[in-house]
Amino acid sequence: MLDIATAYNKYGFLGNDFLTWLWFIIETDQDITRIMGSKEPVSLDIGNSLVLENTLGDKSKEKITIKGDQAGLEEGTTALKKGAKVTEMNLLCTLGQEEEYKFTIKGESFNITGLKTPAAGRDGSDDEIEGLILEKAHLLFRITQVIDTLFLAYLYLRTADDWKDNGLRQMRAWIYND
Amino acid sequence: MGFLSTTLSVSRYHIQNKFDNEPMEQVRKGLVKHAIPKLENEYEEISAGWTPYESPYLPDFEKFSFVFGPYFLFSLRIDKKSIPAKLVQKQMAIEIEKKKEKSGRDFISKNEKSEIKEMVMDVLMHKMPSIPNVYDILWNYESADLFLLTTQKAGNEFFETIFLKSFNLKPIRIFPYTLVETKSAFSSAQKDRIMTLTPLHHVR
Repeated sequence: MLDIATAYNKYGFLGNDFLTWLWFIIETDQDITRIMGSKEPVSLDIGNSLVLENTLGDKSKEKITIKGDQAGLEEGTTALKKGAKVTEMNLLCTLGQEEEYKFTIKGESFNITGLKTPAAGRDGSDDEIEGLILEKAHLLFRITQVIDTLFLAYLYLRTADDWKDNGLRQMRAWIYND
Repeated sequence: MGFLSTTLSVSRYHIQNKFDNEPMEQVRKGLVKHAIPKLENEYEEISAGWTPYESPYLPDFEKFSFVFGPYFLFSLRIDKKSIPAKLVQKQMAIEIEKKKEKSGRDFISKNEKSEIKEMVMDVLMHKMPSIPNVYDILWNYESADLFLLTTQKAGNEFFETIFLKSFNLKPIRIFPYTLVETKSAFSSAQKDRIMTLTPLHHVR
């Protein structure tokens, strides 16, 4: 395994590429349950923020932040056409029929912020603490498992022989609205 | 309490290697040995150590458990004294004035100023209470997964140092590269292929 700091800098782009692809599969209504090979239904939606970054010719960076519950994402697709990548996005994830999660993920670090899991049932008694902890831990592992599975699925597709024809071509068609 | 809060911030780790035996006992020993001191050291700027999840301000691992089902749950507490620059500025002005009066001079040398600053900082550091920050940790020993409930760089750095010192196990931060290395079932050839990828060029 590479030195951690070196690997972080060298392969940070994989996370940003992944988030950009994630936006693409969400916007083109692809079957996320199938992509993940999940037994239960999984759905994803873009939440209330999306951040893109574009490295310009002089190595300076252009940052585009779109925020708001009903924000239009057109500026984001315009930025994509200029070569920007998604570096951070807020996601709504539903597992099964009604297990809802909301969180923001950063591409470079995979740090998760503002994570809201489904509410754990609590009655306030001390006896309930262990039950609540176990339930919360279970939810935390569930949602990170979704991220991991999707990321590894993306890498599987990205390294497939037909990526250019079956992945990249479709992404470009979406970006350029063909 | 943090872990049961409605909203969480999370950074993830993979714990490399395992204990030779009795993991629960080894964890208990590490937590007790590197628990945050019960009494604050008045002169220490930063103090950090473990504390039970259910008792962040009274670090007693005899009284409070760190085992919850298949998980270890405990907290890292970092106490830091932070002296506001404006307070230093004010105390310096007062002490410089005193020094001038005492010496009968209307100026003080650079060395005297440095000595005064050192003395002011000592006094303020002694008087100033530490501000505690508590970060919860959820560790699934069997799967080698660990969640640290913060994404602040300082919190991550303290955690990594203290964890290694306490348990002699290396926490590897999970990000795209390490996720492939530690959590994927990719073959060596597939991993090699991933490592040769370059940033996606989606512009026509």
